[in-house]
Parts: sequence; structure tokens; C-alpha cells
Amino acid sequence: MSDLRLLTGGEAVAHAMRQIDPDVVPVYPITPQTPIIQTFAKLVADGRAQTEIVNVESEHSAMSAAIGAALAGARTMTATSSQGLALMAEVVYIAASMRAPIVMALGNRALSGPINIHCDHSDSMLIRDSGVIQLFAENAQEAYDLTVIAPRLAEHPDVLLPVLVCQDGFTITHSAEPVELLPDSVVRDFIGDYRIPYSVLDVREPTTQGPFAMPDYYYEFRRQQAAASEASAAVFAELGCEFAQLAGRAYGEVEEYRLEGASTAILALGSTAGTVKDVVDELREDGEPVGLLRITSFRPFPAAAVAAALENVASVVVLDRADSPGGTPPLGAEVAAALYGSGCRLSGAVYGLGGRDLHPADIRAVFAGAAPAHIGLRGEACRV
Amino acid sequence: MAELTPWQHLPVAGAVRPDTAIRPVTGGWRTGERPEADLPACVNCLLCWLYCPDSAILVESEAFNGFDLDACKGCAICAEVCPVGAIAMVAE
Amino acid sequence: MSRLKTLVRNQNGIQPLRGGHSLCQGCGVPMVVRTVLSTIKQPTVVVNATGCLEVATTRFPTTAWNVPWLHVAFENAAAVASGVESAQRALRRRHALPAGEDVAVVVFAGDGGTYDIGLQALSGALERGHRFLFVCYDNEAYMNTGVQRSGATPFAASTTTSPAGRESWGKAQQRKDMTAIAVAHHIPYVAQAAATHWHDLSVKVERAVAANGPAFLNVLTDCPVGWGHEPRLFAQVIGGAVDCLFWPLYEVVEGRYQLTYAPPSVLQVADWLALQGRFAHLLEPENEPVVARIQEQIEGDWLALLDRCGDRLAPSLTRPSNSLPRAAPA
Repeated sequence: MSDLRLLTGGEAVAHAMRQIDPDVVPVYPITPQTPIIQTFAKLVADGRAQTEIVNVESEHSAMSAAIGAALAGARTMTATSSQGLALMAEVVYIAASMRAPIVMALGNRALSGPINIHCDHSDSMLIRDSGVIQLFAENAQEAYDLTVIAPRLAEHPDVLLPVLVCQDGFTITHSAEPVELLPDSVVRDFIGDYRIPYSVLDVREPTTQGPFAMPDYYYEFRRQQAAASEASAAVFAELGCEFAQLAGRAYGEVEEYRLEGASTAILALGSTAGTVKDVVDELREDGEPVGLLRITSFRPFPAAAVAAALENVASVVVLDRADSPGGTPPLGAEVAAALYGSGCRLSGAVYGLGGRDLHPADIRAVFAGAAPAHIGLRGEACRV
Repeated sequence: MAELTPWQHLPVAGAVRPDTAIRPVTGGWRTGERPEADLPACVNCLLCWLYCPDSAILVESEAFNGFDLDACKGCAICAEVCPVGAIAMVAE
Repeated sequence: MSRLKTLVRNQNGIQPLRGGHSLCQGCGVPMVVRTVLSTIKQPTVVVNATGCLEVATTRFPTTAWNVPWLHVAFENAAAVASGVESAQRALRRRHALPAGEDVAVVVFAGDGGTYDIGLQALSGALERGHRFLFVCYDNEAYMNTGVQRSGATPFAASTTTSPAGRESWGKAQQRKDMTAIAVAHHIPYVAQAAATHWHDLSVKVERAVAANGPAFLNVLTDCPVGWGHEPRLFAQVIGGAVDCLFWPLYEVVEGRYQLTYAPPSVLQVADWLALQGRFAHLLEPENEPVVARIQEQIEGDWLALLDRCGDRLAPSLTRPSNSLPRAAPA
């Protein structure tokens, strides 16, 4: 029996949290993540979840408290965006290196300055080297589904890493769409019990956690952590299949959309993929051989899957909703590494910074090979 | 010197169990003097035990029971705080 | 049974902080840690901010801790402790913990991780009312990184970032009154203590953990390297700080101030400053006005404290006096 509701991405994630019923949620408000915590706080206040919400005094403390809770044996979740993620960045790295399986909802929002509350992916890109797992939702349904999957992924003994479920700020967080919720019991059975190797509340077998490491050991710890990130790809694939049995919706590290016989493909993250799919459908009606490769898992980056999916595609364009001044835009850089030596023509464009919309006409121009390096920018668009 | 562990065999996130961890010897920090107790003078007040930064005063059944010279760094605080002057620093 | 023997007994043969660490010869921090942990009878988890204590006791693959111990970063010990405390409460509510008493959550942070970089997280944790004990081991500078000045460094102390010199008497600012900041959060128990007044500290620890909410202890202790004296003079230097009224010992129970120690004989500040290399420049004749200013400041603060404690019979500060009220019996 389907529970289909009209929910924003933020509300959908709040419902996933209600069903997960985490033990502790330390959290600090920031636009556009606020609908998540406000909706969730009301659900808790009405007794629909038993979570201990800790209204901390900054995002840095939110992630810090999250590590304390997670390593004390509590299933822990939080949410943030943009400046909040930037402020907690120090601790995000530590959460990954301390192998704390925290699940965090990220409402993607541009990093200051200027201060801007709208969507781009610069916040995710800021912490791409932190070792946390980053999954990108295309719409509210995916935001919900990926949040349900996230605790199993984070807590898997081969993984034990924080998982960020990213959804575009305002575009997904604040836009209402039909979302099918799974039954509470299905979610509960799917996520199971929380288990970590060593709890700091274990006084009978005490452990020292968060050590100081000299050059003789630091490198080995970083490799151990990176190996866990690499191992998580296989775990996500398994969980995606298991989830498909329950929900009828499958998830993988990438999503191929009409790539058969495509001579040009666009790669994108997030809600833009949805717009691209519409344009692909229209162009395909006109016989244009175009397609889309959506990246669902940005970290770990699915290099092999990208190379395999685009093997027979002559021309690839990567759309980046973040820039790297003085360097290569982040998604473009990853794809270039994945496709090195493949022989396809690779180009990229930056778009949508600070929430600027990307229109179907812009995407048509991309497929026609006529898009500038900075789509939608007023003024000179070429790179030096 | 203990052999260094390859990354595959490290505990997850470096969690260390005290019962299995190496305990470094810091007695080598001393620079020529070590504490010595005049047992008949000792009144078992245990102040030295509490003051010692290196937990190097051994106690058995709530009575002074010697110095852990593997830990003692020779700071001489015990000699200084003993209320009956039962500890002296002597040449090593 | 004497309190000291009780502390030994409470350890049950296992030292919470054992030897083999790399804290300096004569470091004043372990005494604070050991007094606190051997006073608390219930099982304890320690959350430690970055600093001397953390770095010197947990170099992988060693550890000096026989209790569960957690370090995350420098400024967030109180936030991390908030998470641990919330987890215990949440798990207890769901009957997901073994039967028995709660684990006490104790934070150890230096003055840097309390007064300065740690202030925000501490303030938040106090305001939210988590049940935990925050112990600041205050040695009045960022010692681990090489004796740099902190918000706790006293006026005119020489540190590596506020050095005395031809044009400077050392730190130009007064230190913060961190204990008063904690009191302003309306928490059940706040106290100021000193490492070597271990009996007073131990009693305060008991009261702190019995409090049904946050408790804050500001404990003055020594750094022979940073303060510039022979390690063995630990008791004289800290004792002197208390006896010259630089560091009064008191507690604030549900907002009510209570003095817990009155020096039988009050030391002149100059005599205490003379014990320490960090104040050596103040012994120069031309710096007499600075010493006089310090003496005046300390006397003023002492009288203000006595006011808050409700004592109107402040003794003359140049002769011994026994007329100050003692703390109420426990």
C-alpha cells in the first residue's frame, strides 16, 4: 500500500529521519537545510521519534557532538549547508578519520562570498578530500531513498565513515514533489541495529580514541581510511540492490540515461540531471543521439563505471556547479582522470553558481557544441 | 624497538587498548639523581603518591611501597613535599 | 579513613593515568587529573582537548589512560562531551545500556582550550545543561606549543608571544575571569581550586559530580617550563599563588558564593612573583609600579570576592588573620 505524499526534499528527509529514529541529532540552523530540522523537531516534539535533539551553538559543535555521540554507541545524524559545512570542515575530516558513521543531510548551497543562500555545489567540493562519502540526489524521492540507505552504508564494518546525502538547496529542499514513503517497519528492518567496534562508554574494556600519531604512523591511518572509502563502493552497490527489492527503485554509483548509441553525453550532479533528462528526451524525439550520465556517488568517485558507460560516446561534456579558481572545475577534473586515454573529446562548463538557473535552452546549446565555458555568465565567458 | 605495523593491521581509527598497549620507559629522563626512601621515617601519608606526575610511587595496602624507576623522571617533587623528609634524591 | 587513603582505595589497584607518558619532569597537570579521577567513584569517560595532556599521554600506539578516553580537536571538548552525554541519555532511555550507574563524563582541557578557543563550545554545553564535569587545568598559557600567551595569562607575565623586553612588561592585558563566566551560565556548581590544595579540590570534585547538571572547575596548576622555576618547587609556587590571594579558592553553589580557603598568612604578591622566571623582569627597580599595580588589583579582586561571599570582615592584607569565615561543612 503506497504512502504517496507531496513533500519538499527537506520534509522528505525529515520523514526518513523519523523512520530511522536516530538516537542523537546535534544540529544548528542554516538556510536551506532548516526545513529538515524544523520538520524533524516537530515530529520529535509530537513523539513520532525518540531522538535526543541537541540544539548546539554552532555547526562546528554539531559535528563535534556527533562524533562524541556516534563513538559512544548512538546512531547519530545531522544536517547543514554551505557556511555551516565550511565551519565544521575541520571536524568533518576528523569524523572520517575517527571512522564515525554519522549520516548528514546536506542542502547544497554556495559558499560565501558574497553571501548567497542558493544552490551550487561548492560546499560539497570544499570537503571532497575529507574521506566522507557523498551521494547526490536528483529529486526529493531520491533524497528520501538515499537517506534511508545511508545508515547501512555508513555503519557497514568495511566502511565506518560519515555519509553525506546531498540535495540541491531550494531546488530540491524547498520544492514540493510526489514522494513515496516506505512503511515505517520496512525502514526499521532495513537499517537494523547500530554497532561500532569500540564505544567510549565501554568502561569494562576501555579504549583510547583520537590518538596523536607521529610520522611513523599517520600515513598508515590515512591509507586505512582511504581503503574504507574504496570498499564502500561495493557496499553501496549491494545496498542499492537490496533497496530495489523493497522499494522498486534502484540506485547505483552512476545512472545511465539513454546512452545507447549516444554520440554526445552530458555528465552532471544533482537536480540539473533532471532538466538534462527532459532535454535528452526532446532531442531524441528529433533523432539526436544524445544522453546523460548522472553521478550519484561523487565520493568515492566511480571512475571505472564512468569510463565503462562512456566507452562508445564520442563527445563528453561535464557540467560543474562549482569552480576551482586557477584550476580545473572539480567534477571535470575527476572525469578527465577517469577518461584519460579513452580517445573521446572531453570538454566542460561551469554553470549555476549562487543559484543561477540552468535552462533547457542552455542544455540544448551544450549538446550542439555551442555552450560557453561559463554558462549564463554576463560578460566574457572564455577561460584564459 | 617494536616493529611498525602495516596499515592493514592497525586497529580501526587507531583505538588503543591500555592492557595491550606498549608502556614506554621514561626512567631514562633522569639526569643523575633518583629518589630514595627512608622507610622507618615514612608515615604512609601518601602525599608523594598523589603529587607524583608520573604515577611512580607504588602503593600496596594503602602504604608506601617504593618507586617505579621505569617511570620516575627525577623531578624531586616527592622529596620536596614529604612532610617528614623521608625522601631524598641520591646520585645514581 | 583519611581522604588520601580513600583516593587510593577508589582506584581499586588501577591507576586511571599511569606513568610512561611524556609530560615534562615535574608537570603540574597529572596531579589534577589523578585527584579528580580518583575522587570520582563511578566509572568515568574522559574527553580531552588538544594540549599537553592529550599529546603526551596518547602517542600511538601507546596510551597512559586506563579509562575510556576520547580526543577530537582543540576547541570542541565540551561539544564532544555533550555528544557523549546525550548518547548515554538517549541509550539509557531506550534501555540500550547495561544495567548500572551512568558513566561520569569528565572533560580535561587546558586554559587555551577553555578560556579562548574552547569558550564557545563550553558556553553552549553549559547553557544546554548537560550533566558533565568540565575541568580546566589552568597553567596560564599555551604551553604545549611553546608558552604562548592565552586569555588566562596574568597581567605582566612574560610569554613567547608577550615577551618582556625593553619596551614591554610582558602581557599587557588582564586575564579573563573564567570562573565568573561559568557562573554567569547559572549552572549548579562552579569552583576555583588549585592542584596542591588537593583536599579542597577533591571535595569540590565530589560536589561537582553530585550536581544535577553541568559543573565547572577552574584548577590552577603549574608548568615549571613556562613559569620558569625548578620542577621540585611545585607546591611552593602553587601554594604561593593561593596564599598571596592571586588565586582564591571558592565555590559557587546554585549561584551562592562561598569561600573555601582563607590563607592563615597572606603573602605579598612580590614574594610570589619572585619565585617565577616569567615574572623575573618585574624584579627590576623600574618595574616596581607594575608590581604595585598587581598587588592593588589582587586586593581589589579579593575584597570583591569577599563581598560576593557575604563577608564584611575583610582582614587587613598585610598581617595574618583568622577572622575569615570557613566554608560550611560538607
